[in-house]
Amino acid sequence: MLEAVNLTCERGERTLFTALEFAVAPGSLLRVAGPNGTGKTSLLRMLCGLLEPVAGEVRWQGRNIRRQREEYWKDLVYIGHLNGVKDDLTVVENLKVAQAVAGRNVDNVALRRALDGVGLAPFEQTIARRLSQGQRRRVALARLFATTTAPLWILDEPFIALDQRGVASLSERIASHIGSGNMVVLVTHQDVAIDVPRQQHIELAGSAAPVTEAAC
Amino acid sequence: MLSVFLQVIRRDLLLAMRQKSDVLNTLFFFVVVVTMVPLGIGPEPALLRDIAAGVVWVAALLAAILSLPRLFANDYADGTLEQMLLSAEPLSLIVLGKAAAHWLTTGLPLTVMAVAFGVVFDLDVNATLVLVVSLALGTPVLSLIGSIGAALTLGLRGGGVLTSLLVLPLYIPVLIFGAGSVGAATSGLGVTAYFLLLGAFALSAAVLTPWAVAIALRISVE
Repeated sequence: MLEAVNLTCERGERTLFTALEFAVAPGSLLRVAGPNGTGKTSLLRMLCGLLEPVAGEVRWQGRNIRRQREEYWKDLVYIGHLNGVKDDLTVVENLKVAQAVAGRNVDNVALRRALDGVGLAPFEQTIARRLSQGQRRRVALARLFATTTAPLWILDEPFIALDQRGVASLSERIASHIGSGNMVVLVTHQDVAIDVPRQQHIELAGSAAPVTEAAC
Repeated sequence: MLSVFLQVIRRDLLLAMRQKSDVLNTLFFFVVVVTMVPLGIGPEPALLRDIAAGVVWVAALLAAILSLPRLFANDYADGTLEQMLLSAEPLSLIVLGKAAAHWLTTGLPLTVMAVAFGVVFDLDVNATLVLVVSLALGTPVLSLIGSIGAALTLGLRGGGVLTSLLVLPLYIPVLIFGAGSVGAATSGLGVTAYFLLLGAFALSAAVLTPWAVAIALRISVE
């Protein structure tokens, strides 16, 4: 269970949100929406522990993430709006290195499966510099397909630059991840249907941030 | 745990091999500075012998500073640094791996090249050997302390100048004992104390700096 308790975010002089509270239970999806500049990315970075909240805390399994650090990050995959892809490495090298640096097991079968999952298998040995924007995004997303041990995914605009089939296969992957009792926090401007029973929406709109429970 | 350290070294060496110009720039700078000095002050063998160690050491120091920005800046720009901060392995270990790879691509080649400069400056075999050993012990300190500066100035405009201002004062002890060891050798004094001090610098830097760099990176990325 991921909980946000009384979170407040300030960037520069502006207060983006105050006293934000929510909980993401196992087997559910949290969608964060809102206009540009309302702190969606900041919220995700806070949930990851990259950004320290001005007030409040983020809890994972009941404990503040500040006190768990590596233990928390073991359970987390974060895809930010930067891809984290090295231009000078090939697709497969990128994925291998990313997994190794994240402290996860690198096993070749899982890597192959992941590249298949994002449709990059034919480009395995291509230098990332030669890839299109959408293909680079897929290299980043391949980490979701390669990692089986992280119950929490935090995804910042994962669908950006993907084609329709890419969007479909990713939303399927997200749904199956949640379906097996895991959690996903998602920021997206696209209206992608993700077929899971338990969904929450947060609308960041400047200062007030109501949480609505959606039963779909 | 050791595996992530080795993986990071492997990754950075692979990247350095794919992007050779970065590494070659540093080495070229080192060679140019060291070879220009004799042309500037004139071919007086006794004088050159006296200043050799100082020139090589200062050039190595400047070359190390020149190479610092690329330590974290590229990883920061493409988002891989962010992923390192979210690793399940200790960040200080990853940082230590990066500093080690930095040393392997700057400090180590500089040390090897110093052998040739011993000949150029007409040093005797013993003094050349001392110069090389002092560089081998001292250059890891340059990479390690430099990584603190690079981490603190990450993402700042004009960070390069600020990095030099931050790290140069910390480099001075290494410079003094590094260059001093060769002076001691040529005047027939023992060099053991110099080497022990340089070794102590290197070991304490290896223990303390990764921890400081890890904190600096978290602050810079926030």
